[in-house]
Amino acid sequence: MNVSNNKHEHLDVLVSSHQPEPSTLKNYIIGFTSSVILTMFAYLAVTHQFAGKWVMIIILAILAMTQFIIQLIYFLHINQEFAPRLKLIVLLSMLTVVVILVGGSIWIMNNLNGRMMDTKAMEQYMNSQNSL
Amino acid sequence: MSNPMPGVEIANTNKLIAKYDNETKTIFGFWVYIMTDCVLFASLFAVFAVLRNNTFGGPSGAQLFSLPYVLAETLVLLSSSFSCGLAVLSAQKRHKNHVIFWFLITFILGAIFLTLELNEFHKFIAMGDSWRRSGFLSSYFTLVATHGLHITIGLIWMAVMIGYIIKRGITDGVLKRIRLISLFWHFLDVVWIFIFTIVYLFGVLK
Repeated sequence: MNVSNNKHEHLDVLVSSHQPEPSTLKNYIIGFTSSVILTMFAYLAVTHQFAGKWVMIIILAILAMTQFIIQLIYFLHINQEFAPRLKLIVLLSMLTVVVILVGGSIWIMNNLNGRMMDTKAMEQYMNSQNSL
Repeated sequence: MSNPMPGVEIANTNKLIAKYDNETKTIFGFWVYIMTDCVLFASLFAVFAVLRNNTFGGPSGAQLFSLPYVLAETLVLLSSSFSCGLAVLSAQKRHKNHVIFWFLITFILGAIFLTLELNEFHKFIAMGDSWRRSGFLSSYFTLVATHGLHITIGLIWMAVMIGYIIKRGITDGVLKRIRLISLFWHFLDVVWIFIFTIVYLFGVLK
């Protein structure tokens, strides 16, 4: 019984058996206002494009990720309510798949694009093959 | 072999599962569904990212998109996400009429968002820039319309929920369903952050 108790406690961390905390109005207001501010900031940054394309892309990506995390916490309650640890694990495995899927696709397809002949060279090559 | 007492291990796992009440199990299961739905959206984002420059002589995003219009869409969806949260708060306090009120607001805002989106599609198609025009437009329509389809399903679900609440009041079972629909609705708003940033904002950058 002692042995099993020990193991059980170890697994307990995953469940985190405390009662779900009710979400509060304050959380929703924080989430909503900061989302609106971040959205407006991203919008204004693009309309008054003040930097080069790649700097802008990095700024916008940071703004989007910040809003993502804020909504995860304040709207989706990832860190409270109902098995938070397990929800976080599933979220992280989803993010891993997404990074591999999106990053890998862009990487491979750009690489293939870079190796393509341009249209003129392609035509010349095809003509030369015909003449054989 | 390394575990001398596999039976103890199984018993522990069963205890662990039994510790969850049904509500937690359902919500966790729904969370897993939402995360797999994210993978669906991610693959559509990957297609869009790959095809974004393949306009085939057709219009690019910068020529097509009107940012103030999309900003309005974004703010409407964000507000509906907020009012959905308020519905959950009222449901926790078992205020039936407040829940119905906030869900109606959420439904109306969601319907406005969907109308704006369909109107934008209609405008593009009327100009001859439908999904047949180029690879860029095919991927654009697939990604944004998949989100729109989720919104449509969410709206139908919400209409059914409102009827359900009117009929049954706020019981424990109804509260659980309210939590699920709010999770779904907030998730759609999260996906929209990335559509707004990657499709529209990146699209008009010079």
